[in-house]
Amino acid sequence: MITVKELTKRYARNTAVDHISFEIQKGQIVGFLGPNGAGKTTTMRMLTCFLPPTAGTATVAGFDVLEEPMEVKKRIGYLPETPPLYPEMMTGEYLSFVGSLKGLRGAELKQRIDYVSERCAIADVRNKQLGKLSKGYRQRVGLAQAIIHNPEVLILDEPTAGLDPKQINETRDLIKSLAGDHTIILSTHILPEVEQICQQVIIISKGKLVATDTVDNLQNRSRGAESIFVEVAGRNGALDTTLVQARIGKVSGVTRIVLKEKQPAHSTFEVETQKDHFVRGDLARAIVEAGWDLNEMRSAAVSLEEIFLQLTRTQEAAPKEEAVVTGAGK
Amino acid sequence: MRNVWLIWRKEMRSYFVSPVAYILLLMGALIFGVFFLIPLLGYLQFAVEAQMRGEVFPINMPEEITRRFLGNIPVTELFIIPLVTMRLFAEEKRTGTIELLTTSPIQDGEVILGKWLAATTLYCCLLALSAVNVAFLFVYSHPDWKPMLVNYLGLLLQGAALLAIGTFISTLTKNQIIAGAGTFCACLLLFVCGWVGEFNSDTWARVLAYLSVSTHMESFLKGTLDSKDAIYYLTLILVGLFLTARSMESLRWRS
Repeated sequence: MITVKELTKRYARNTAVDHISFEIQKGQIVGFLGPNGAGKTTTMRMLTCFLPPTAGTATVAGFDVLEEPMEVKKRIGYLPETPPLYPEMMTGEYLSFVGSLKGLRGAELKQRIDYVSERCAIADVRNKQLGKLSKGYRQRVGLAQAIIHNPEVLILDEPTAGLDPKQINETRDLIKSLAGDHTIILSTHILPEVEQICQQVIIISKGKLVATDTVDNLQNRSRGAESIFVEVAGRNGALDTTLVQARIGKVSGVTRIVLKEKQPAHSTFEVETQKDHFVRGDLARAIVEAGWDLNEMRSAAVSLEEIFLQLTRTQEAAPKEEAVVTGAGK
Repeated sequence: MRNVWLIWRKEMRSYFVSPVAYILLLMGALIFGVFFLIPLLGYLQFAVEAQMRGEVFPINMPEEITRRFLGNIPVTELFIIPLVTMRLFAEEKRTGTIELLTTSPIQDGEVILGKWLAATTLYCCLLALSAVNVAFLFVYSHPDWKPMLVNYLGLLLQGAALLAIGTFISTLTKNQIIAGAGTFCACLLLFVCGWVGEFNSDTWARVLAYLSVSTHMESFLKGTLDSKDAIYYLTLILVGLFLTARSMESLRWRS
C-alpha cells in the first residue's frame, strides 16, 4: 500500500530524514516510533504531499507523491499533530467543508458526515463551535475529518498526544476499529500504544531507520529472553572486566553480555539468556568459583521500551553501524 | 471552479462570523459619510453665497461632489486593504489549517483564487456602502451616472490589485500584525512612488511614476475609461496572484 525507498529530506543545516526505506501492506496498523525530533512528522508530511522529498521516492496506493500528488491526496486521510480546525466554524459545517474539499457532494456527503459523527462520537457537538470544544473532542473531530472521504490510507500524527487517560483509551479503540477498512500509520513516542494497537513498528531515530519489525516479534523477543543484571566485585579491590565477560560467556544459555557500568572495584553487567534457560544458579556459581563477589543479581525484564531505548541509543553511539533488525532475534 | 467557490464561501463566512467584516463596514460607513459631507456642505455654501450675490453657480454640483468624494476613497484603501487581507494565509499558517488545504485534492491556485475573490467581495461591499451616499444625489438631482460607473470600476480595479498584493504578503508570515503592517507599507509605497515624477523626469522617475497605483487612477476618476490603465491594474492583479502562488509553493520547501 505504501512503499518508501531511500526517502530523504534535507534542510539548509540538517538532515531531518535520512535514506529511509520501508513497506506497508494493505489493512495494517503501523506504529511509527521515535523520540521527539526523530523525523516522524517530516516523513508523514512527505507521504501526504505536504513536503516534497529531497531524494528518494514514496508511493501511496501505487501513486508517486511527487508525480501524482492529486491522486495520492484523494486516497489519504491526514491528522496533523494539532487538528487543523477552524475555530469559528461549527463541527457539522466544518465536516461538510472538509468533505467537499475531498470531493464528496450531495447525499453522499451528508451520509458520510452522519457516519463519521457517529463513529467518532461527535454527533452531540455538531452545532457547537470548534473553538469551544475540549481537547478530546477536537482530536475526535480531527480524526473524523481524516476519515470523511473513506481514504485507503490514514496518516495520524501523534493522535493521542495531550489527551487524558480516558480519552487516550477511547481514541485507541477508535483507531483499532478503523483498522480493517484502512491502512493506518500512526506516529507516537508512547510504546504501550504501539503494543496495544499496531501490528508493525517502524522505529526511527535522528532521521534514520533503526528497526522495522512486527510487534509480535518484538514482544516475543522481550518475553522470551530473560535479561539479568549482575554486579560483580573483585576481592582485592580490582576487577578485570574482560575476564569476567569471558567467564560468564562460558555459562551455558548465555547469549550476550554487555558491560553496563565499570568501576575500579566492581562492575555491572547485563546478561541476556536464551528462552527457557534458567541460568541463575550456574551464573552465580561461575562468578563465585572464579573468586569474585556477587554483589547483586536481579532480573531486568526487556520491554519494548528497553528495546526501543537500546536501538535508539546504539544509533547515537554508532551512527554508521548498520542497525536494522529484522526477524525474531532468537 | 467548485473548489474556488468552496474556499470563497468559507472565507466569506469567516469574515462575517468574526467581527472583522462588521467593524470594517462600520468604519467605512463613518468615513465615507464624512468624506461625502465635507464637499457637500462646502459646495452648498458656495452655491448659497453665489445665489445671494445673484450669480448663477457655475459648477455641476452633484458631479463635482461625487468626483471629490470618490477621489478620496483610495486613501481609505490604505487601511482597509491590510485589514481585509492580513489574515487570509497568516491565520491558516498559525493554526496549521494550511496543512489541511495543502493535503486535500485541491490546487493551490484554487485556494488562492477563492481567498482573493472573497477579499475582493468584502471590498465590493464597502464600495457598495459608499454608493449609498452617492445615491442620495440621485434623489435630489439627475447627475450623469456613466462617469460614476467608470469611477467605481477604477476603484474596484485598484482595490482588487492591492488586495492581490496583500494576499501575497499574507503568505509570507504567520503573524497577522506583520502581514497587515507589510501590506500597509506596500500599499503606501505604491501610492506615493509616483511623487518623484513631480520633481524629476529622468527614466527612473518615469518608471516609478508608471508603477504607482495613483497615477493610473486619474483617468478613471475623470470618468474616462483608458484601456492602458485598466491593463495596468489587471497586470498588477496577475503579478500579485502569481507571487502568492510561488510563495505558497515555497512554503513546502521551506517549512
